Amino acid sequence: MVPTAYYLILAAMLFSIGIAAFLIKRNVITIFISIELMLNAVNLTFVAFAHMWHQVAGQIFVFFVMVVAAAEAAVGLAIIISIYRTRQTLNVDALDRMKS
Amino acid sequence: MSAVQENYLWLIPLLPLAGFLINGTLGRKLPRVVVSTVALLFTAAPAAIVAWLWVTMCSAGAPDAIEVVSRPWIAITGLTVNFAFNVDHLTLIMLAVVTGVGFLIHIYSVGYMAHEEGYWRFFAYLNLFMFFMSVLVLAANFLLLFVGWEGVGLSSYLLIGFYFKRKSAANAGKKAFVVNRIGDLGFLLAMFLLIVHFGSLDFSQIFDSITQHPEWQAQGAHFLPAICLLLVLGAAGKSAQIPLYIWLPDAMEGPTPVSALIHAATMVTAGVYMVARCHVLFNSSPLALTVVAIIGAVTAIFAASIGMVQHDIKRVLAYSTISQLGYMFLACGVGAYAAGIFHLLTHAFFKALLFLAAGSVIHALSGEQDLRKMGGLRTKTPITFWTMSAGVFAIAGIPPFAGFFSKDEILYRTFTSPNPLHITLWIVGLLTAGMTSFYMFRLWFKTFFGEQRAEQQEGSVHESSWIMLLPLVVLAFLSVVGGWIGVPSVLFGSNHIEHFLDPVFANPGAAEVVASTSGHGLELALAVISVLTALAGFYIAYLFYYQKPGTAAALAERNRPAYALVSNKYWVDELYNVALVTPLLMFTRGILELVVDRGIVDGSGAAAGATIRGLAWLERKQISGNIRSYAGWLAIGAAVVMAVMIFGRLHWGTL
Amino acid sequence: MQLALFIIFGALALGGALNLLFQRHPIHSALSLVVVMMSLAVLYWSLGAEFLAAAQVIVYSGAIMVLFVFVIMLLNAGTEHHTRGSRAAYAVGIPGAAAIFCLLSFVFLSERGALMSSNIGGDLGNGLDNIAEVSAMLFTRQLLPFEVTSILILVAILGAVVLARKEQ
Repeated sequence: MVPTAYYLILAAMLFSIGIAAFLIKRNVITIFISIELMLNAVNLTFVAFAHMWHQVAGQIFVFFVMVVAAAEAAVGLAIIISIYRTRQTLNVDALDRMKS
Repeated sequence: MSAVQENYLWLIPLLPLAGFLINGTLGRKLPRVVVSTVALLFTAAPAAIVAWLWVTMCSAGAPDAIEVVSRPWIAITGLTVNFAFNVDHLTLIMLAVVTGVGFLIHIYSVGYMAHEEGYWRFFAYLNLFMFFMSVLVLAANFLLLFVGWEGVGLSSYLLIGFYFKRKSAANAGKKAFVVNRIGDLGFLLAMFLLIVHFGSLDFSQIFDSITQHPEWQAQGAHFLPAICLLLVLGAAGKSAQIPLYIWLPDAMEGPTPVSALIHAATMVTAGVYMVARCHVLFNSSPLALTVVAIIGAVTAIFAASIGMVQHDIKRVLAYSTISQLGYMFLACGVGAYAAGIFHLLTHAFFKALLFLAAGSVIHALSGEQDLRKMGGLRTKTPITFWTMSAGVFAIAGIPPFAGFFSKDEILYRTFTSPNPLHITLWIVGLLTAGMTSFYMFRLWFKTFFGEQRAEQQEGSVHESSWIMLLPLVVLAFLSVVGGWIGVPSVLFGSNHIEHFLDPVFANPGAAEVVASTSGHGLELALAVISVLTALAGFYIAYLFYYQKPGTAAALAERNRPAYALVSNKYWVDELYNVALVTPLLMFTRGILELVVDRGIVDGSGAAAGATIRGLAWLERKQISGNIRSYAGWLAIGAAVVMAVMIFGRLHWGTL
Repeated sequence: MQLALFIIFGALALGGALNLLFQRHPIHSALSLVVVMMSLAVLYWSLGAEFLAAAQVIVYSGAIMVLFVFVIMLLNAGTEHHTRGSRAAYAVGIPGAAAIFCLLSFVFLSERGALMSSNIGGDLGNGLDNIAEVSAMLFTRQLLPFEVTSILILVAILGAVVLARKEQ
């Protein structure tokens, strides 16, 4: 008998760690990985609520999140590869051409 | 039939408006012939409609008044104002003056302005003036009258400043408009009071309300005199009475046809018309009537005294106009509204004639306006001479010309009025009549008689073209016969005009009683006295300016201070300048310009610019191109949004 | 027993996340993420979402994370150098993240009563299996989004192929 709130707080913790990793890390691939972590945290929240309300809609949503995450990971990694080819670096601080 | 008439009523003002639009927009490109045809056509048509109106309304069984109402203009709780025209006998007379004399002056202008640039502009403005003046006299409520009132002020400004390249003309236009505005303030305040106390601006509603409540006058209700005095302020501004007459002499900077039409026959009479139209209102306040009479009489003699020593032919006529308007005000002030309107009618004839003839004289001398440089034109410009003579005799009040009957009627009614000041007013009026006769004949002698003092070669002084002379002849004819509609019973006439205006000024009590009790002997005696005064003026002018030409100058030398006082117009303009204009300018320049305009307005603009620049500088620092910093700002932004969503619920309910 | 499961695998997930945060080499971060995902799969199963637990293991950690690892190996990503990035990220971002966490926990904890408790496993109340439930919804009412996601995946494939191609 675990209160649903605990699942939600766990998800919140994972989400915050994901944001922190995004801010701290310098390798662009690691930043991608932290994005995946954030998505997972959100999935956990949805599943917890689906269980609480006894509705399957939450799980359907998780399904779609997973699909989108897969597509996004594929395209994103392809972009990273092409950036590496041109800039020869994976350091995110070096990618500042949008400076005003 | 009345339905048909009503439809045509709208054409009277709208046709000149159409003329204004056509000439105003296309006139620059059109040839002069087309411009004048348009202007004349759109002025002749209303004149024809007015003539037809006369025929129908004078026929047996015609109603005393026609009213035409359109869709509502303002329809809110507490006030309803419609576009409504009202035609009664008073309106008929005014319309005849406006459209008839207006049409004649249009014809004259075709010849007078033939060599001026801006020809199309002149006729456009003239048509605009006709539109507004028609609206003014046709209006059936105060607001629509005010529209016409303001509009003629605007047209006057545009036309006075017609030669806008001349600084004096531009200044004169400004002066006219500003002084008019002061009067308009009075009119506006009167309208506000009317709305407060009567809930309506409709003439018929207000006047019926007053007649149904005679106890208001008995109890001494304060609002009635207040309204009347404010209206008098407005009329004083428009009709150039003391203290707001100062614009009219300067208005002579405009072309002569403008002076004839606007500043003699029509616009300046709007104030008199308004007082006559509101006679019910004024009759309820004896105080206001006395004020009107005093203002009229004082202005009359004041302006006449200035007019006696002016050297510019148009200035003499301008002061004469002010003086004659004073007569009309005097008439209204003693309750003789019909006499005032009668004088308005005859004055329109002979004053327009005088101005147009003066224009012809100026034209003949190629622009010379100074009396001291004129003379001997009698032989050179005969038709101008004869027509102008008709006008001069008319204004001097010599029978059987027009001015005698109307002026005499006013003087008689002043003498026999129940007003406590009636003797004083009569004496003032009589003296003014003498002075009028004097200065008009002075002008007559100096212009047409004696040796030619103009610096012209002999051959270039020429008579004007027929197109300018035709209106002169018509107006001269009217100046001669125009008074015959008002011949009083004592002189074996039947005073048509008084009876014509009876449905409007129906006040059977006072007038008839006075007429019957004083008897014909008094009237005849007073008439003889006024004729003698006029002849005295003629004789003195004859002495000074024909027989012994140096007398006037010698007299002026001996009474130097008096002469200086009068020839400098009693320094009224300078007084106003020091007392009112200079402090106002100091306030405007010092406080409004420096503090408000430069400080606050410009300052806030500059402050807004500086703020934006500062914010932009901050923003530039933030957009560093670094992804992680963007992520940082995102995180904090998300936190703020979440906080608002969570805690906003407590303060603002469901979010 | 559900509490034990929750505590063990919750701690595991948390540990994996923190490891992700503190490791220098991206490959270690990727493998930590795999650990997180596996733990989450168990948690999904304990919440009655068996299909999702399986999908998590097969698709997410079995395919997507493998892709990540391949790319890391392909690009020879090494340990991170210390470059001074932006100060805003630390000065503003870390407090932002902390604030988000605090706000969320505040809400969840204060609504603890309304959020009730959960039983281990169990169905969603219709008497069907979880997978039957999901497919019943997915292929009837959510059919259009389902088909659209297939197109999405197709587009992603094409995009990835085009983007990662060598310039010719």
